[in-house]
Amino acid sequence: MKELMLGNAAVARGLYEAGCCVISSYPGTPSTEITEEAVKYPEIYCEWAPNEKVAMETAFGACLAGKRSFCGMKHVGLNVAADPLFTMSYTGVNAGLVIGVADDAGMHSSQNEQDSRRHAIAAKVPMLEPSDSAEALEFAKLAYELSEEFDTPVILKMCTRVAHSQSLVELGERAQLPARPYEKNIAKYVMMPGNAIRRHPVVEQRTRKLVEWAETASVNRVEMGGTKLGIVTSSTSYQYVKEVFGDSVSVLKLGMANPLPVKLIRDFAAKVDKLVVVEELDPIIEEHCRRLGLEVSGKDVLPLEGEFSQNLVAAKLGGTVHTGKTLSEAIPPRPPVMCAGCPHRGLFYTLNKNKCTVLGDIGCYTLGAVAPLSAMDMTLCMGASISATHGFNKALGEESEGRTVAVIGDSTFMHSGMTGLANIAYNQSNSTVIILDNSITGMTGHQQNPTTGYNIKGDPAGKIDLEALCRAMGFNRVRVVDPYDLKACDQAVKEELAAKEPSVIISRRPCALLKYVKHKAPLKVNTDKCIGCKSCMKIACPAISMKEGKAHVDNTLCVGCGVCEQLCPVGAFESTGKEG
Amino acid sequence: METKNIMIVGVGGQGSLLASKLLGHLLMEQGYDVKVSEVHGMSQRGGSVVTYVRYGDRVNSPVIDKGEADFIVSFELLEAARWLEYLKPDGQIVTSTQQIDPMPVIMGAAQYPENLVEKMRSTGAKVDALDCLKLAEEAGSSKAVNIVLMGRLSRYFDLPQEAWQASLEAMVPPKFLEINKKAFQLGKNA
Repeated sequence: MKELMLGNAAVARGLYEAGCCVISSYPGTPSTEITEEAVKYPEIYCEWAPNEKVAMETAFGACLAGKRSFCGMKHVGLNVAADPLFTMSYTGVNAGLVIGVADDAGMHSSQNEQDSRRHAIAAKVPMLEPSDSAEALEFAKLAYELSEEFDTPVILKMCTRVAHSQSLVELGERAQLPARPYEKNIAKYVMMPGNAIRRHPVVEQRTRKLVEWAETASVNRVEMGGTKLGIVTSSTSYQYVKEVFGDSVSVLKLGMANPLPVKLIRDFAAKVDKLVVVEELDPIIEEHCRRLGLEVSGKDVLPLEGEFSQNLVAAKLGGTVHTGKTLSEAIPPRPPVMCAGCPHRGLFYTLNKNKCTVLGDIGCYTLGAVAPLSAMDMTLCMGASISATHGFNKALGEESEGRTVAVIGDSTFMHSGMTGLANIAYNQSNSTVIILDNSITGMTGHQQNPTTGYNIKGDPAGKIDLEALCRAMGFNRVRVVDPYDLKACDQAVKEELAAKEPSVIISRRPCALLKYVKHKAPLKVNTDKCIGCKSCMKIACPAISMKEGKAHVDNTLCVGCGVCEQLCPVGAFESTGKEG
Repeated sequence: METKNIMIVGVGGQGSLLASKLLGHLLMEQGYDVKVSEVHGMSQRGGSVVTYVRYGDRVNSPVIDKGEADFIVSFELLEAARWLEYLKPDGQIVTSTQQIDPMPVIMGAAQYPENLVEKMRSTGAKVDALDCLKLAEEAGSSKAVNIVLMGRLSRYFDLPQEAWQASLEAMVPPKFLEINKKAFQLGKNA
């Protein structure tokens, strides 16, 4: 049966058909739907782990116990999980272990566009790279076969355009596999130096065998189309090449990103007059070709940055470039904004008003950096807000302690904020940490986390008490504020910054988009009262605009949060009385 | 058949997902190879969003590039204008006349351009503009704008009414089906 399936859903289907039993992941665009789709198969145990390192180690434990397992993450998540990855390469697996990693060339929803293939090379683990949903399904299954045959974890590398594109797949049956018995094997699984020294040559020998496998594997295929131009390509770049050139050029399509074949590439190069590598981000295939002594073109014409497209490939390699017409006047941009009723808005207004230095973190609230709130000085990676605030304060002392705050979401705090908080408690900086607890992992589309009290299926689960956790770490000053209450926010921020000891403010209010959140009636502006002072415009609410010199509320967007009402000097905001 | 391209553009949260699901189902049922591509994540928070729907004998690229779209289906006027460059020289725009101010306009840093339908037509684009929000409300839900647009788009396709109906029934939850059937007809016949 054929089905139109999202790339990530096709990975989930592949995991199901391969008999995968345990999945532990951390959400991250564009990888999240793999696990959200997998949880729909009752045969697979799925969970959201607090971070990618925990997820990978959980999956490793499950594979060690004898069940096929999986962990999913985005490219930067693999940095967090790099520690177990590099040594799992040495231990190998018992049952198959597949790691799903989704890169984000173009940075649709990421802080960098690193190339995950570098991790596979560095960790010496095989990596498969599908170019559409059908391959995503097929390669997920193949990854388990490789994992068990070569005794290694296998990375399945997605990218935004494969992960978030739907294309046709053929569904199969789930494999019925007996669990592989767990056998104690200290030499293989206890990676102390004496054992690890003996495992390293095993890894190198495995890579040599994998290169041999790659020479004839069906995932690496030649599509001959004349001898003038030969293009080596992979992933979504293959689709752009086919779109531009069809069957008029020869293509070597590499489905395995690591290790790369040698003879296959040499033979292909020998058949064509000119060899070009088309790959997004880093020149990995290109560098490999150069090491083989081949004359090759690639990043001399194609960019290192961003996504490719058919027009880009055509423009750089001599295909037909399509163009369209534009209007002569500029079209105003439409950047993403905090939603109407977003609980982060009131808090960021307060930070802006108090001229705080704000070291931020990864989540919807990174939008606090956007004008006019402009209440963020730094965003680096998950958890960095807290550790960097500690460092900032250690460097400047009282000069910064009275105005610097760390801002981090509940899910990000669980991910890697706790260790930074421990550092503050231990090494004692008078830092102020604000946890924006909106009771969900927001940006990736509402995933549960250890503070929400629910698991991935929405069933009741363990719930970590943030206040108790902070107090247990040694914070005496832990307080909760409602970010819809501007006065309370202002007071909390002022008092905690002034305090001569470390403190935590928990800004608590569920995400306004959560289905269970009951909203108040939308507000309206009494135009007789409104003096057009624009005080309400300081919070950049998408529901408020100026119409003919007066504030105007869009009642299809307004959820009645009342933050604007608190800024109005003349009480012009009134309830419409109609509960939403 | 040469690959045909439909872009669905709008503002994050307007409901383009259902429209692309409906088209994907419809075109797959007609026996075409189909690719539907969208972007999730940060841009969805009230930002400009785009979904690409491509179909034909064999579809390669998941995205539509400048000058390639046979149709641009737009939930919002400014977004139609933003993506105009993606339209083929003889392409068709089907757009709702709804206007949603982007933040730079709300903050007074930019103006919402006037007479966008005429300006787009002056570039040679064929523009079918109608107030889909009004029609959706008439059908019973302001959220049915997506299906009003699909009804309108159906006028440009040589497909039997039953095919559209079957995809509607397959993709819309039963309790919203009647409203959406009505929305489809209102868009088609307006």
